[in-house]
Amino acid sequence: MRGMSLLLSVGAAVLAGSAPAYAAWQPQKPIEFVATAGPGGGTDNLARAVQNIITKYKLTEQPIVVVNKGGGSGAEGYVYGKASAGDPYKVIFGTSNAWQQPLVSKVAFNYTDLTPIAAMAQDEFLLWVKQDAPYKTAGDYLKAAASGEFKMGGAQSKDTDEVLTRMIEKVGHVKLTYIPFKSGAEAAVQLAGGHLDSHVNNPSESLGQWRGGTQRPLCVFSPKHLPQGPKITATEGWSDVPTCVEQGLDIKQYEQPRTVWLPGKVSPEQAAYYVDLMKKVQATPEWKDYIEKTSQVDTFLTGAEFDKFIKEDLDHVRQVASEQGWLVK
Amino acid sequence: MDNLSELLHGFTIAVTVPHLALMATGVLLGILVGVLPGLGAPNGVSLLLPLTFGMQPVSAIILLSSMYWGALFGGSVTSILFNIPGEPSSVATTFDGYPMARDGRPTTALATAFGSAAFGALVGVILITFLASWVAQVALAFGPPEYFAVYFLAFASFVGMGGAAPIKTVVALAIGFAIAAIGIDTVSGSVRLTMGIDELVKGVNFVVAVMGLFGIGELLVAVEEEFHARAVSSKIDWREVFRAVGRLPRHGVALLRSAAIGCWMGITPGGPTAASFMSYGIARRFSRRGRYFGTGEVEGIISPETADHAAGTSALLPMLSLGIPGSATAAVMMGGLMIWGLNPGPMLFVDQKDFVWGLIASMYVGNIVAVALVLLTVPVFAALMRIPFVVIAPLIVIICVVGAYSVSNSYLDVVIMLGFGIVGYLFKKLFYPLAPLVLAIVIGDKAEDAFRQSMLMSKGSLGIFFANKLVTCLVVAGIALLLLPLVLQLARPFRKNAAPATETPAQEKVII
Repeated sequence: MRGMSLLLSVGAAVLAGSAPAYAAWQPQKPIEFVATAGPGGGTDNLARAVQNIITKYKLTEQPIVVVNKGGGSGAEGYVYGKASAGDPYKVIFGTSNAWQQPLVSKVAFNYTDLTPIAAMAQDEFLLWVKQDAPYKTAGDYLKAAASGEFKMGGAQSKDTDEVLTRMIEKVGHVKLTYIPFKSGAEAAVQLAGGHLDSHVNNPSESLGQWRGGTQRPLCVFSPKHLPQGPKITATEGWSDVPTCVEQGLDIKQYEQPRTVWLPGKVSPEQAAYYVDLMKKVQATPEWKDYIEKTSQVDTFLTGAEFDKFIKEDLDHVRQVASEQGWLVK
Repeated sequence: MDNLSELLHGFTIAVTVPHLALMATGVLLGILVGVLPGLGAPNGVSLLLPLTFGMQPVSAIILLSSMYWGALFGGSVTSILFNIPGEPSSVATTFDGYPMARDGRPTTALATAFGSAAFGALVGVILITFLASWVAQVALAFGPPEYFAVYFLAFASFVGMGGAAPIKTVVALAIGFAIAAIGIDTVSGSVRLTMGIDELVKGVNFVVAVMGLFGIGELLVAVEEEFHARAVSSKIDWREVFRAVGRLPRHGVALLRSAAIGCWMGITPGGPTAASFMSYGIARRFSRRGRYFGTGEVEGIISPETADHAAGTSALLPMLSLGIPGSATAAVMMGGLMIWGLNPGPMLFVDQKDFVWGLIASMYVGNIVAVALVLLTVPVFAALMRIPFVVIAPLIVIICVVGAYSVSNSYLDVVIMLGFGIVGYLFKKLFYPLAPLVLAIVIGDKAEDAFRQSMLMSKGSLGIFFANKLVTCLVVAGIALLLLPLVLQLARPFRKNAAPATETPAQEKVII
C-alpha cells in the first residue's frame, strides 16, 4: 500500500509541476493527519471525518493518511509535531490540551512550538447524574453535595474535566472528590453502575446512556440552550436541557474546542493553504452531518480570533491551576 | 426464548451471498494483519474503517468483526512458529506452542490452537446470545475496587504459580511495573520515568516490548545454542490436522475452565490478554501435567487460546450494550459505530434489532468461516518451519524491526524493541521468568489506576476492597491463590514420604 501511495504521489507531483504558476503553495506529497488520541476517540473521529470529506470532494490531489499518536494524553502527537518543525505535510488534530497540558505537567512541548490553523468545532459540557438520583436541578445537586461525600468522575487528571470540577466547587461552595479515568466513556459507565455521583461529559460521550435511561443531564455549561435537534429520549432533546446559570450554578460558559495545527516554522503560504482547506471542508453537507451526529457546535476560529481564544482560555486555566497548586515549576 | 427467534431473524440477514463474501474477505485480511506482528487487529480494523463509511452498518460491522476473528487466529501462527506473538493476547500461546513446534510438531500445535480457539469463540457467542441483558448488568457492578480485584487475581494466579523461584517472579513483576509506569500517569496527570527522552511520554508500547523479549531474545539464545539452529524436519500431514482437533474433547475440563475464564474476563473488561495469561496460570496450577508446562504441553496451548477467543468474543457484548469496549479492537469498532450513526448503549438492542442480531448471527457464521480457512492453511504455515535457520533468522529480525516501527511510525520503538531483545536474552540465561514481566507491562498501569481510584473514593481506606460481596470474593480468591504455594510448601515436611525427588531437573526447563 505504501508503494501505491508513492506512485500516486509521483504522479501527482508531475501533474502539479505542470499546473499554472499563479497557484499559491500546493502540497506535493502525501499528507499525514496526526490524531492526538487513540483510534475511536473524539479527536480521531474528527481527523477521519476531515480526511473523508477531503478525499470525497478531491480537495487535494494528495493522498491523506491518518496516524494515531495518542500516548501521554495526546502529548505524543504534539511532541511529534514539535519534532517535525518546518514540515508542512504533518497536520496535528487536538483539543485545548495543546495549551493546557504544558501548564500542569512537564511535557516536552508548548503550543507555541506549533502553528495554529483553526478551531473547528466546540464540544459542550453538561452536568450528568444517575437516572434515579433524587435531585432534579443543579441547585438540588449542590445542596446534596454540601455533605462533602460526592464523587465526580472525569477523563484524565488536571485536564478540562477536572478544571470544570474545581470551578463547580468554587462557584457552588461544595467539596467534590474528583476521580480521574482514562476517558469520559469510562466515567459514564461508572456513573451508570452507581460508583460515582456525577460527571461532566460532552454530549456525544453520554448520548447512548441518556437514551438508555441510565443517566440524565441536569444542565449545560453554555450561555444559552443547545440547538434544536431530534429528540433523544421520548420527551426530551438537547435543547430542553436548562443552562447551569438558570439553575443556580453560575458558570456561564465552558467548552472544549477541537483544534488543528501545523508544526512550527512553516511558511505563511503553507499555513494559509490549510486554513483554506479546512474552510472548504466546513462548507460541505458531510461536515454538517458530522457535527450533528456528534452533537458538537459548529465554529471556525482562525488567525487573530483563534489566538485571542487561546490567550483567554490560558489565563482562565492558569488561574484555576495556580489556585489548585498544579502549575509546573 | 425471544432471543432465539431474534437470532433466527439475524441469520436471515447474515447468511446472504454478499455478507458471506464480506466475511471471507474480512477473515483473510484479518489473518494477514494477525500474522504480521506490529500490525494486529486494532490497527487493521482502523485501516479498514474508512472503507466502511459508505456501507450499511450491519455489512460494515460484519466486515470488521470478521477481520477481528481472522486476526485473533492469525496472531497465534507466529507465536507458535517463531515465538513472536502477533497479538498481545497470544503471548501466552508461545509458552507451550513454540516448544511443541520446535519439537517437530508444528501441525499439531497449530491445529490444537485453532480448534480450541474456535471452541472458545463459540462459547463466547452462545453466552452473548442468551445472556445479553443479564451480562450487561454484571458489568455495571464493576467499579474501580472490583477492577483492581480482578487484576489482582490475574497477578496472583501467576505469582503463586511455582516454576521459577518466587523471588525471581517478584523481581520480574517489579521490572514490569516500572516499565508500565513510563509516560503520563492518569491519576496525577504528571510525566513519569521518561529519562529525558521526550518521546517516551507515550509510554512503552506492549507489542514493541513483546517482539523484543520473545522474537529477538529467542533468536539470541538460538544463535548461541547450536541445537536450535537446525531446521525442524516437520512432517506435513493433513490427517494430523484432523487428529489434533479430534483429540481436543479429551481435554474437556481444560476447555471448559478456560472458556469460563475467558468469558468472565471479556465481560468484566479484563480483556483477552489478561484472560489468556490467567487461564494459562491456572491451568498450570491445576493440570495433572502442570509441571511439564513450558515444554510443549497440549493443555498449555488449549488454555490460553480458548480463553483468548472466548474473551475476544464476549468483549463485544459490553461494547454493544453499555458502550464500554472490552478490548482495543472493540474500542475502534465503537468509534465506527458512532460514525455510522449508531449509539452503543442499552437502547441499541431495542432500536437497532437488525443490526445487533445480524452481528450476533454473523459471529456464529464468521467463526465457522474463519476456522475452516485457518485449518486449511495449517500445512502451509507448518511448512515454514522447514526453512533453514540461516534464512529464517534474518527474516525474524526484519519482521520484528518493521513491526516495531509500524506500531506508531517511530524509530525510537525500534531501539526499544532491540533493547528488550537483550533483556529477553538475559532473562532466559539467568532463568528469570518472562511471563510475569509481560503481564505487569500489560495490566500493570491499569491495576495501578484502579487501585488509586479506589483509594481516592475511600479516602485512603483499604476497607473498600471488602465493602461488598463481589469485591470481597475476588480479593479473597486472589489472596488464596497467592498463598497456596506457601501453604503447600509448609505442608510438605509433614508428608516427606510422599514427596518425589524427580521434580528438580524438570524445574529449570519449565521456566518461561
